[in-house]
Amino acid sequence: MEKVLDVKDLHVSFDLHAGEVRAVRGVDFHLEKGETLAIVGESGSGKSVTTKALMRLIPNPPGRIKQGQILFDGRDLARLPEKEMEKIRGKEMSMIFQDPMTSLNPTMKIGKQIMEPLIKHQKLSKQEAHKRAAELLVLVGLQNPEMRMKQFPHQFSGGQRQRIVIAIALACNPKVLIADEPTTALDVTIQAQILELMKELQKKIDTAIIFITHDLGVVANVADRVAVMYGGQIVETGTVDEIFYDPRHPYTWGLLSSMPSLDTDNETELRAIPGTPPDLINPPKGDAFALRSEYALAIDFEQEPPLYQVSDTHYVKSWLLHEQAPAVEPPLMVKELRREMPGNYAKPVLAGEGI
Amino acid sequence: MEKLLEIKGLKQYFNEGKPNMVKAVDDISFDIYKGETLGLVGESGCGKSTTGRTMIRLYDATDGQVLFNGEDVHGKKSRKELMQFNRKMQMIFQDPYASLNPRLKVADIIAEGIDIHGLAKSKEDRMNKVYELLQTVGLNREHANRYPHEFSGGQRQRLGIARALAVEPDFIIADEPISALDVSIQAQVVNLMKKLQKEKGLTYLFIAHDLSMVKYISDRIGVMYFGKLVELAPSDVLYKNPLHPYTKSLLSAIPLPDPDYERSRTRKVYSPDVHQYTVDDHVQMREVAPGHFVYCSEKEFAEYKKTDETTL
Repeated sequence: MEKVLDVKDLHVSFDLHAGEVRAVRGVDFHLEKGETLAIVGESGSGKSVTTKALMRLIPNPPGRIKQGQILFDGRDLARLPEKEMEKIRGKEMSMIFQDPMTSLNPTMKIGKQIMEPLIKHQKLSKQEAHKRAAELLVLVGLQNPEMRMKQFPHQFSGGQRQRIVIAIALACNPKVLIADEPTTALDVTIQAQILELMKELQKKIDTAIIFITHDLGVVANVADRVAVMYGGQIVETGTVDEIFYDPRHPYTWGLLSSMPSLDTDNETELRAIPGTPPDLINPPKGDAFALRSEYALAIDFEQEPPLYQVSDTHYVKSWLLHEQAPAVEPPLMVKELRREMPGNYAKPVLAGEGI
Repeated sequence: MEKLLEIKGLKQYFNEGKPNMVKAVDDISFDIYKGETLGLVGESGCGKSTTGRTMIRLYDATDGQVLFNGEDVHGKKSRKELMQFNRKMQMIFQDPYASLNPRLKVADIIAEGIDIHGLAKSKEDRMNKVYELLQTVGLNREHANRYPHEFSGGQRQRLGIARALAVEPDFIIADEPISALDVSIQAQVVNLMKKLQKEKGLTYLFIAHDLSMVKYISDRIGVMYFGKLVELAPSDVLYKNPLHPYTKSLLSAIPLPDPDYERSRTRKVYSPDVHQYTVDDHVQMREVAPGHFVYCSEKEFAEYKKTDETTL
């Protein structure tokens, strides 16, 4: 597979009065052509900051990319001058945000907003851009494009607005699309429509998608691979099957068992993850999740765990995979879904350089 | 089972008589039993929140009755009667950031109801009550002197619950109490609500659009569509054997955390045209199986009965 994006040892910090907030602390991942990578984790885990760093949308000051590389098309986006970055943003990489109410300009007609990237990046004439914008509206499922283009955002429903945002994001056939909680503000039925639309368009233009969400149902639906983030680090990555059917990190276990499935009966208590996310001004020594984990070992409070590899695609950052670690029982809800993955190695090995 | 609330033909119209009239709640009837949790689901704008708000008298009903312990909630009431009623019914809101007064200390937010109803004998008694409530919802007494902005979303929702519990209500309307919270925090709040229900024998109306959470917390679930209640059934029955086409479509749209299931799930689309109702169809709630009500015509009723028997 062809890598479109390769992120290496990314660190992002915010310099505040209280000190340096280390929001992203050494993240490695890559994105293959046409695939969907889901990033999950609770608020403050660094998932949005990571993707904003890819687009270079971290406000500076107070934020800065402290260290690391973002390789895209043979160039390092972390070091690209802003002028060059403007040519990539919205053209080769674009982004959809959570709230369709605020990501459109309320004082500008929809047609003009869709035409903007076409004129700026594709260098289309006004007439051509107008024609293409109408096509895009039909593509995302809005009827009557000529009339719709003359309307303002408030004349559309939430689902329709998200469709327009998608049309703008995909106007220039980007190689990478970042979707930050694109369906969280929408109803289930509308959410289903938007997810179907995104998958259909992905096939048509072969875009790779980074999908940020905390809804694990949505993850199971859209993702090819999943990265689980905690405290500014990726603690587990794998294919969607590996994460749901053979998760290894206690935080992933916690996430999976805090949501009831439709089979969970009313008597079983949900396994809430106790406590609060770690303070990233003074990140805890050792494993950041240790304080909230019932599976924490003594070494978790001393030393940061290395990255272990369970299969060609499955990586876990936890001391539990060390050969001397005691065997532990994952929570019931995880055990019920667990199955043997065909690609697993005989036993976990320490991961080499680069994922 | 004893009925705590009876809702009879409740209607809530906005802008009545004007061209922009909205029938937000259009002639719905259901009962809520003592000690149960009734879930109310549906898409935005279907009238589920309006139903809750009308029940607690935040709106004056256009028509219909809400009987609480046999007494009508709406209609003329003396101040004293209102006070008593307000104590028995409380509400928890969706947005824990907007529902707490940022200028009041936590102790004053929680004790507001206690003060209004004169439930504390002395200052000391009042503070003890506050401390006890904070502990009940999993916070500690040091939190009493802080302001809302010092708390996280999950903690604020706990404060909202403590405030509702302060006046010792029988019935709590929870309007999307977990939608604004993170997954791991949602579980904490839901577990807390279930625990409190067991300890205090509370009755809940749980309004939400997250269907897996609703199924988990509710004994029975009502499904709303465009101001109408279209199906009402015990939660297992509703999920295993949905009869109304809208319920089927809603259930088929929920993504579940199971990749294999997701690969095979197909979404059913609902269009109200399938019913082909005519004027003399007498569309109304009909009981297909004991406790399982569906909004349907006489003809559909016969069909639903048949499918219900074959699936069981």
